[in-house]
Amino acid sequence: MIEQALSIAIHIVLVLLLSPLVTGFNRVFKARVQARRGPGLFQPYRDLYKLLRKGMVIPNTASWIFTATPFVLFVTTLLASLLIPIVTAQAPMSLFGGVLAVVYLLALGRFFLALGGLDTGSSFGGLGSSREMTISAIAEPALMLAVFAVAIGAGSTNLSTVAQSALGQSWRFLAPSQMLAFAALFIVLIAETGRIPVDNPATHLELTMIHEAMILEYSGPYLALIEWAAFIKQLVLMTLLVNVFFPFGLSPSWSPGAVLFSLVLFIVKLFLLSVVVALVEVTNAKMRLFRVPELLAIGFVLSALALVSTFLFQG
Amino acid sequence: MWPIGELYTAGLLIYAIAALAGLSAYFRKTSSAWIASLLCCASLVAAALEFIASVAALVAGMEFNWTLPSGIPFVHYGVRLDPLSAYFNLALSLLAACVAVFSIGYLKHGPAHKRPGLFCCFLNLMLLALTLVFTASNVIFFLICWELVVVTSYFLVVTDHESQESREGGMLYILMSRAGTGMMYVGFLLLATAAGSMEFQALHGSGEKLAPGVGAAAFLLLFFGFGVKAGIIPLHIWLPAAHPAAPSNVSALMSGVVIKTGIYGMARVFFDFYGVTPVWAGMLVLVAGVLSALLGVLYALMEHDLKRLLAFHSIENIGIILMGFGSALLFRSFGHPQLAALALVAGLFHTLNHGVFKCLLFLGAGSVLQGAKTRNMEEMGGLIRRMPWTAVFFLIGAIAISGLPPLNGFVSEWFTYQGLLAGFGATPTLTRMAFPIAGALLALTAALAATCFVKAFGIAFLALPRSENAEHASESPISMRAGMAMLAAACVALGLGATWFVPVFAPITRHAFGVQITEQLVAGNGLLLSAGSVHNGSVSPFMLALALVGLSAVPLALWFAHGRKSPRSIGPTWDCGLPGLTAANEYTATAFSKPLRMIFGALFRPRREIQAEFDVSPYYPTAIRFESEIQPAFETHVYEPLREGILAIAARARKIQTGSIHAYLAYIFVTLILLLIFGVRG
Repeated sequence: MIEQALSIAIHIVLVLLLSPLVTGFNRVFKARVQARRGPGLFQPYRDLYKLLRKGMVIPNTASWIFTATPFVLFVTTLLASLLIPIVTAQAPMSLFGGVLAVVYLLALGRFFLALGGLDTGSSFGGLGSSREMTISAIAEPALMLAVFAVAIGAGSTNLSTVAQSALGQSWRFLAPSQMLAFAALFIVLIAETGRIPVDNPATHLELTMIHEAMILEYSGPYLALIEWAAFIKQLVLMTLLVNVFFPFGLSPSWSPGAVLFSLVLFIVKLFLLSVVVALVEVTNAKMRLFRVPELLAIGFVLSALALVSTFLFQG
Repeated sequence: MWPIGELYTAGLLIYAIAALAGLSAYFRKTSSAWIASLLCCASLVAAALEFIASVAALVAGMEFNWTLPSGIPFVHYGVRLDPLSAYFNLALSLLAACVAVFSIGYLKHGPAHKRPGLFCCFLNLMLLALTLVFTASNVIFFLICWELVVVTSYFLVVTDHESQESREGGMLYILMSRAGTGMMYVGFLLLATAAGSMEFQALHGSGEKLAPGVGAAAFLLLFFGFGVKAGIIPLHIWLPAAHPAAPSNVSALMSGVVIKTGIYGMARVFFDFYGVTPVWAGMLVLVAGVLSALLGVLYALMEHDLKRLLAFHSIENIGIILMGFGSALLFRSFGHPQLAALALVAGLFHTLNHGVFKCLLFLGAGSVLQGAKTRNMEEMGGLIRRMPWTAVFFLIGAIAISGLPPLNGFVSEWFTYQGLLAGFGATPTLTRMAFPIAGALLALTAALAATCFVKAFGIAFLALPRSENAEHASESPISMRAGMAMLAAACVALGLGATWFVPVFAPITRHAFGVQITEQLVAGNGLLLSAGSVHNGSVSPFMLALALVGLSAVPLALWFAHGRKSPRSIGPTWDCGLPGLTAANEYTATAFSKPLRMIFGALFRPRREIQAEFDVSPYYPTAIRFESEIQPAFETHVYEPLREGILAIAARARKIQTGSIHAYLAYIFVTLILLLIFGVRG
């Protein structure tokens, strides 16, 4: 019981501390590729600290939904991260919900975030909410089909079971079904975390922004919670990719040495994935909103092919 | 030992007495409000008795029946409370109780307040007929009760018969119902002929005794016959016409229970009367489910009439239920009774869940309609300040219907996903690809439903009021809020307590497939729901909810450490430098769904028309008129040609309608002769 509580606590601390780092690394790497100096690896931490202590302005049109949203978003995203194996193969709460619960917990957070956008009464909020919900809705079939491909391969929707079964076959990621599912999930990752070419996290230009439009009226500690939740969500989705497809190094137990080794390996894997994301971002231009469905349709087709190849090659 | 039979029969009698009392109040021209309140309380008592009887029958695993002779061969007025009947009766009585409480306050103002006696008469009569539909054990008696439901619900739909919308919606409803009942009659007669009896118990497994062609015909007739009632696409067109036109408490019962009679009929036929069905049958049901779910939610997204939006969501949820039923049929065809039980539980659980949250949402819409005097979302806004309780209840319903954890919609959708997931490994050949594709489309449906309810709640309840009426809206009376609160509590209870509720399905699956599911679906000392086994996947809505509460310590700690001390001020929303934010600056429901209207343009074929008047330059218009509409595909391409065809045939048939009594007598004579010849030869 105490062990369980301890592992949850370690998990939470890890997620909270690691998530801004991934974003920081992504920004630094992107800046270097673009021959800029960039803001520094630890800038996201400084931003969060600054925002937490700043004053805030609450719109006079807003109701309790506006206040509740940052908390609901933060908690649901954090809970989703507890269902995913990060450094140990057994995630602390994975029995309480598998990959379906992860997807739907993120959806619950998004539901409130979109309501928070509408609550301010500004047209920016509505615009952001509408686009965010649209894009996530059309990303959903690709996401779910890829998840199905993975879950069917492992015979389980429980992410710890999936990771453990993948651990047994280290080279499974070379199977065509796994590679196709990975590609599909990568596209979903780009869309869900609001990266170029789907959304641009660095802009406040009304024609292009989605996520930023939705949270335009948030400031101070509330904004800090929302930003932090966005970092965690990105970590959750990236972890899903690296630990489900490349689980090697996941520690089978909580022994300090193995965990430390696995943590280092995990960070390396995350940085590698975020290098790929950053490369996609710097080499592409942002798409028109109505081209995004085509990109996501590619994701859908890829995951359908993943299933077909499961069918063909695994009987 | 529970007196199940006595409770059940007493409930029926109270419904009947209340109906008679309502009728007599109408004829004595009593229109005082206390009559309506009294009769609603009577419905509440009857529903409570039925509820206790159903729960006791399910928990104790007891069956109960009685039969009254009718004096006609083959026909008995027989009822039987077996597990399946008891389950549907449980759903009915739970919803009826909540609606009865809501109605106490609602009838004082709603469209029914002019003739409360007559309204309560039909309401109680409908509840009586619904109870009998779910429990009738004789084909003919079942069909009689079925017709009674159609007629009483028709009168309830046209309560506000001064409005043309109500009359047209009611007419379409009764016409479509006739077509459906016609198909059911033929289907039932085919089955009854094979069984040699009209009793439901004798019909068990009779589908297998039919010749393959006849069996298929009976299956199709019954599926589409019940499908009309359930509102599957393309037989759905009456649903968005009739449900919104009815008073809101009737809409709630229509969407919550009346369309479920179609689901009950399918469950009875598929899993009781038929044994192993051919693969195409399951595939047909699965595809119909996917189509209804996806098209239902897409049409819902385009609505800005709150009640029509909810009506389209009923079609969506019927689709989700049928996905469960379809996979159950397929699993049975391929010889996997365990998986069939899992999929059947998914479908049945979603039936109850949909009833609960859809009832809640329709009652919420009724409350909004009474407070803000409009069904058009573009004229609402800001209601969360003026109707805080309704807003909370509607939000709970919205979260539940979007399938978000930890509420009840999530649990049944989770079971549906698990059934579809298992289908890939359990079926041979390319059939297996149907399951994950259906799962992906279910994911799309659920995400679109969430989008739609962000729109519905966000536009109707949040930000600034968009009209005079919305600005002066007021909260509903306590009884209406109590009705909604009961349903909201049920949404939470069925979600968090799912592990304790699921064993209810054990007798049903035992009867249908001979499978005991409790051990497979509930694990971890009753904390986990599992999909066959914990290895395949498990979820615990209760623990997730607990964890959400526990984890909120983290942001709260951050808040108390830093945020609490930070200065906060209330200021105006950024208005782009214009002189003050008004409702005209807000995003509208139409604008909110525009991206999806464009993306699914091939389906909607949107048409828009903009006319701008200007004095000097087109960039400074003085007035703008904007019109936008989508094409209702099924109405234009299926039903319009059908209607014209029927009218053309009717015009031909008119030739034999000479209007002369001699000609009609001759027709009757010829018919008699023909029947005699037929009878003698037969």
